Amino acid sequence: MSVNTAKDAGTAEAGRPNGTGARVSLQNLNRHFGATRALDGLTLEIEPGELVALLGPSGCGKTTALRILAGFEIADSGSVTVDGRDVSGVPAAKRDMGMVFQSYSLFPNMSALDNVAFGLRMRKKGTAERRARAGELLEMVGLADQVQQYPHQLSGGQQQRVALARALAIEPSVLLLDEPLSALDAKVRLQLREQIRALQQRLHTTTLFVTHDQEEALSMADRVGVMRSGKLEQLATPAELYARPATAFVAEFVGTMNRIPGEADGDGRIRVLGSTLPITGDRPDGPLDALIRPEELRIAAAPGGNGIVTIATFLGSITRVHALLSGDVTVQVDVPSTESAALSPGTSVRVTVAEAEVLVTGRQ
Amino acid sequence: MAAVAQGTQVATAAGDGPQRRRERTRDGFTPWRWLILILAAIYFLLPLYAALKFAGWGSFGSVVHQSGFGDSLWLSVRLAIITTLITLVLMLPTAVYVHLRLPRLRRLMEGITILPIVIPPVVLIVGLLQIMPGSLKGTPYTLGLIYVVLAMPFAYRSFDAGLRAFDLKTLTEASNSLGAGWPATLWRIVLPNLTTAMLSATVLTVALVLGEYTIASLDLFQTFPVWIVVFDQTSGPESVAASLLALFVTWIFLLAITMAGSRQARRSGRGEVNLFSVSRRDPGRSS
Ligand SMILES: Nc1ncnc2c1ncn2[C@@H]1O[C@H](COP(=O)(O)OP(=O)(O)OP(=O)(O)O)[C@@H](O)[C@H]1O
Ligand SMILES: [Mg+2]
Repeated sequence: MSVNTAKDAGTAEAGRPNGTGARVSLQNLNRHFGATRALDGLTLEIEPGELVALLGPSGCGKTTALRILAGFEIADSGSVTVDGRDVSGVPAAKRDMGMVFQSYSLFPNMSALDNVAFGLRMRKKGTAERRARAGELLEMVGLADQVQQYPHQLSGGQQQRVALARALAIEPSVLLLDEPLSALDAKVRLQLREQIRALQQRLHTTTLFVTHDQEEALSMADRVGVMRSGKLEQLATPAELYARPATAFVAEFVGTMNRIPGEADGDGRIRVLGSTLPITGDRPDGPLDALIRPEELRIAAAPGGNGIVTIATFLGSITRVHALLSGDVTVQVDVPSTESAALSPGTSVRVTVAEAEVLVTGRQ
Repeated sequence: MAAVAQGTQVATAAGDGPQRRRERTRDGFTPWRWLILILAAIYFLLPLYAALKFAGWGSFGSVVHQSGFGDSLWLSVRLAIITTLITLVLMLPTAVYVHLRLPRLRRLMEGITILPIVIPPVVLIVGLLQIMPGSLKGTPYTLGLIYVVLAMPFAYRSFDAGLRAFDLKTLTEASNSLGAGWPATLWRIVLPNLTTAMLSATVLTVALVLGEYTIASLDLFQTFPVWIVVFDQTSGPESVAASLLALFVTWIFLLAITMAGSRQARRSGRGEVNLFSVSRRDPGRSS
């Protein structure tokens, strides 16, 4: 399991085998709470067996979208279809969707095994079948030894794994995950991330994963939907999202981005750090900033250059250098660590930009 | 009551806190604890001892044969059962509903449910007798209904504390998403997690009914407490024996309920019965 397999799966859409996953379509969903517009015409299509992550700042409506799909919330307008069937009138209990919550949600009065078997029990499956299936799933999430434990005897990570097994036990048409990892510490989070992804790919379950952690979204999802104020800003594979963000908002939200003041000329180009680059995407009026990734900048020690190194942070194979440019602009530049020795704080440097199309945004 | 639950959590979160504090008490403060305990014990046990002495062992044997003893005790027990049942059936769904659907009304509910404590019993009974339909007057069930009202503050608070001790909304949603409708969710998820709260509501209701005098006597029913007072005027020692008997019966009853509750709570690792609060265990220790 790695970032790469996730990306590959996203691009190899045509080659996907036929699985149990359902096709999910959210059309033009609106939902408001008082004066707050939680969803403002959200449209999202999820392919069968695909894992889509919804990413966005707090309050942008991710949870609301997920809860409408789950049937816990009702949209003011718009439609939700699963495999072409409108499920708007179907209560949550009949939607056949597995859900893992942000907070611990295991039933405290039941053992891990009974928790996982609960959905099957509600489906009137026999005791033997329930136990066998629940045991199998607990084994899948690596908890074969904990089947008889009660939730209070399990760690946070273990509890969320039982919750995942419980959601998968009903062989849901759609798996819904609302920040299931946010209560866990970093190491457990990383493990579980990979486990969820591996299971999801193995079972081929259509999955909607809500998170505000971009690393999580980029590393796990086939496609990532970036949301802003109740709308979908861009839906694309992680690689695409990073390399070709559709809007300045996406560009700044995903990955690290430098904002560098530039001067627009008349014919769709911007002059920044001594280069003139073609502008892509929207072009607002007024003074403009160019949006440039740290790896697209070049930096070299140069007496009397255009900046001074303020911080150099060693990150393993690369070193991230902060340089203060004239006009009180700080930029971050990634350089191979082998070349960073000459860039200690205080060094005078010249920062230049690689020749490429750039996104621009209005100056703040 | 929330403070109790929070207190335990803070203590566990502090890490080295509880252990060190325990050691310190063992060294320095234990004598004080014992002194206070002994003083309190004397304060409570001395009257009991005096009563025992006054009654004499013999009266315990003869009181059981007094006319009215069995009838009034049976009436009180029946009332306790009826009141508890009605209280559970009425207050439990109400508390759950308020928690899930009308969380903003929680404050208001707290205010409303405290009224029976604030209003003097005499006012309550006079008012109630005025509006009570004729068919109910004169049956002991009238009294049961009044006791339901009196028990409401305690029962509601127990349920409220119990519901706060777990994440009701998330658990019911989890249950729904797994295909359980409302009846199944209530029966299999909500109730099992409220056993402790139900027990504490039961304990409080039973204690209230077995000890209530004012309203029963005003409503002209000879419940056990009323019978004791009436009987007291004819036979001193034996009536004292009767009240001691009542006290012990109630105690044993409460002790049994509480122990059953604690044992169950310990098995599934949930909170303990503390009448007004259900202390919550720290969920999900990080691995
Ligand atoms: N039940 C509710 N009542 C009132 N307002 C609500 C309710 N649920 C959501 N909102 C509001 O709707 C907006 C979107 O909320 P939502 O929970 O969907 O955001 P989110 O993207 O999940 O944020 P977070 O990352 O913080 O979880 C927020 O402004 C929130 O305050
Ligand atoms: Mg949310």
